Amino acid sequence: MKRFAYDFERPLVQLETTLDEMKRLESAEKEDIAADICYLEEQIQKLRMRTYSKLTAWQKVQFARHPDRPKMVDYVEAIFTDFIELHGDRAFKDDSSITGGFARLDDEKVMILGHQKGRNTKENIAWNFGMPNPEGYRKAIRIMKLADKFGLPLITFVDTPGAHPGIGAEERGQAVAIAESIMELSRLKVPVIVSVIGEGGSGGALAIGFGDRVIMLENSYYSVITPEGCASILWDGEVSAERAAEVLGLTADKLLELGIIDTIVKEPLGGAHHAPALVARNLKKEIVSALDELKAAGQESLADKRYEKLRSIGHYAEHLKALTK
Amino acid sequence: MPIGDWFKKEQKDDTQSAAKRAVPDGVWEKCPGCNEALFIKELERNHMVCSKCDYHFPISAQMRIEDLTDHGSFEELWADMHSEDPLHFIGVKAYALSLDKAEKTTGLKDAAVCGRALIDGRRVAIGVIDFKFIGGSMGAVVGEKITRIIELATEEKVPVITVSSSGGARMQEGMISLMQMAKTSAAVARQSAAGLPYISVLANPTTGGVTASFATLADIIIAEPKALIGFAGPRVIEQTIKQKLPKDFQTAEFNLQHGQIDMIVDRANMKRVISRLIDYMGS
Repeated sequence: MKRFAYDFERPLVQLETTLDEMKRLESAEKEDIAADICYLEEQIQKLRMRTYSKLTAWQKVQFARHPDRPKMVDYVEAIFTDFIELHGDRAFKDDSSITGGFARLDDEKVMILGHQKGRNTKENIAWNFGMPNPEGYRKAIRIMKLADKFGLPLITFVDTPGAHPGIGAEERGQAVAIAESIMELSRLKVPVIVSVIGEGGSGGALAIGFGDRVIMLENSYYSVITPEGCASILWDGEVSAERAAEVLGLTADKLLELGIIDTIVKEPLGGAHHAPALVARNLKKEIVSALDELKAAGQESLADKRYEKLRSIGHYAEHLKALTK
Repeated sequence: MPIGDWFKKEQKDDTQSAAKRAVPDGVWEKCPGCNEALFIKELERNHMVCSKCDYHFPISAQMRIEDLTDHGSFEELWADMHSEDPLHFIGVKAYALSLDKAEKTTGLKDAAVCGRALIDGRRVAIGVIDFKFIGGSMGAVVGEKITRIIELATEEKVPVITVSSSGGARMQEGMISLMQMAKTSAAVARQSAAGLPYISVLANPTTGGVTASFATLADIIIAEPKALIGFAGPRVIEQTIKQKLPKDFQTAEFNLQHGQIDMIVDRANMKRVISRLIDYMGS
């Protein structure tokens, strides 16, 4: 099967394809090429290190969008048991680009909530490529309120290119739906643990994308605007999204440095899709340890602490500006 | 009118206040709404609203405050707060240069002007966003000042009023800007929990991260006539859905029709309406 590869991965994929071919020849015992295979394997290992060990911001954005990257459904299956999905905003429709419901995290009863991206075209069309309409955020608010009412920690998964831009979305109040979701999230009394697993696209991500602990997968991104959008607005499209990705500071390590996220979960070389089970295990470990910590801290003060955490985000100065030339 | 006046448009008068500078120099101003030439003095008397077609010219934060609050009652807070350019962002030009330029053209350190004031003798906290300062975009400074003015209202048990005209989150401050949406919204939740009023005025244009946070979380949302109000920009929507947009799409009138705002109020009546609302909602 031909696997999906970005341009920067092509030389590696080519070598890997050659290696597969050579191995096939060898197993057919047509030629003695063991030494060549060994050499090629070494070269591939070196190239793999070179290709993946220092990804640029744009390459990370590409990985975050990789069609084979594990999606919310994969993590729900790998991390939780006994998931009961809930539907609908009780006003207009069920928007399956955001989903959630009751689940068990080991023995712990929790509420999960996240953006759903599809693993194939059919799912993607059904789930609108993970781009919610207002009713998606209104369903999210319902689920948050249920979590609060029944004292269930809220575990969210962020993976959206952004809220859906459309006429209907505006008519039904996309802005206020996101705003209300943000406000609800800010005042929940239960622990809120966020995992950014792929794309953290702007306000559409933020609506379920901040909390007491924010975990990010190494090759996911979280940004005020898509690199493409930024490039087209700030540079009139003269500069590539690649450059915009670099300056927006949207990678996990940069956001950890800025104090916007709390933890990074490492991914294997080449991205989460190379070892989904391992990534899910490591992510689960982080979620469980965050939950243990938050529970130990006591529920009463969580909303206040979350407020203080938000309060601390902002780089500004209040003294008079030093004279600049 | 003396012929010399026709050339006044070319002259620069540096002694004009920052507020006045928001008004184009000269005697006549062409209305973008109906192309009518309007006499500036009259336009100013009419709160910068076209008397022919009701087009609301963009105005500075200072003019809005002057319009909405009792004369001389405004006490500005945190006026020196300014951006630290946390990402050392360089677009077509350096963000630091854009900040300097905006500071020179508006006389402001950033896009939000906040403080205590009186409306018909009642104490209020007010925060106004000036579109002229980098499109009224919300970075750390706007987010912090709006949060503080809401917190001040909660603490002093007074109504808070915001007037927005903003392109949304300021992309030059990256995720720090996006997080201001959460910070300001969390502050609104506390004002609301304390049973205190919040009135939000949306002026042309209010979009993106500002509409998707504090500006639409108010008890009462008022828009200026014909103001563009929405989440996604019309161009983005058009490119995404590949259809022509309805003619009145995302106007204040469209938003009123679709239940997104409480009312549309002319600039000239804004203070009176806010005052009456506060009377109902205040203690």
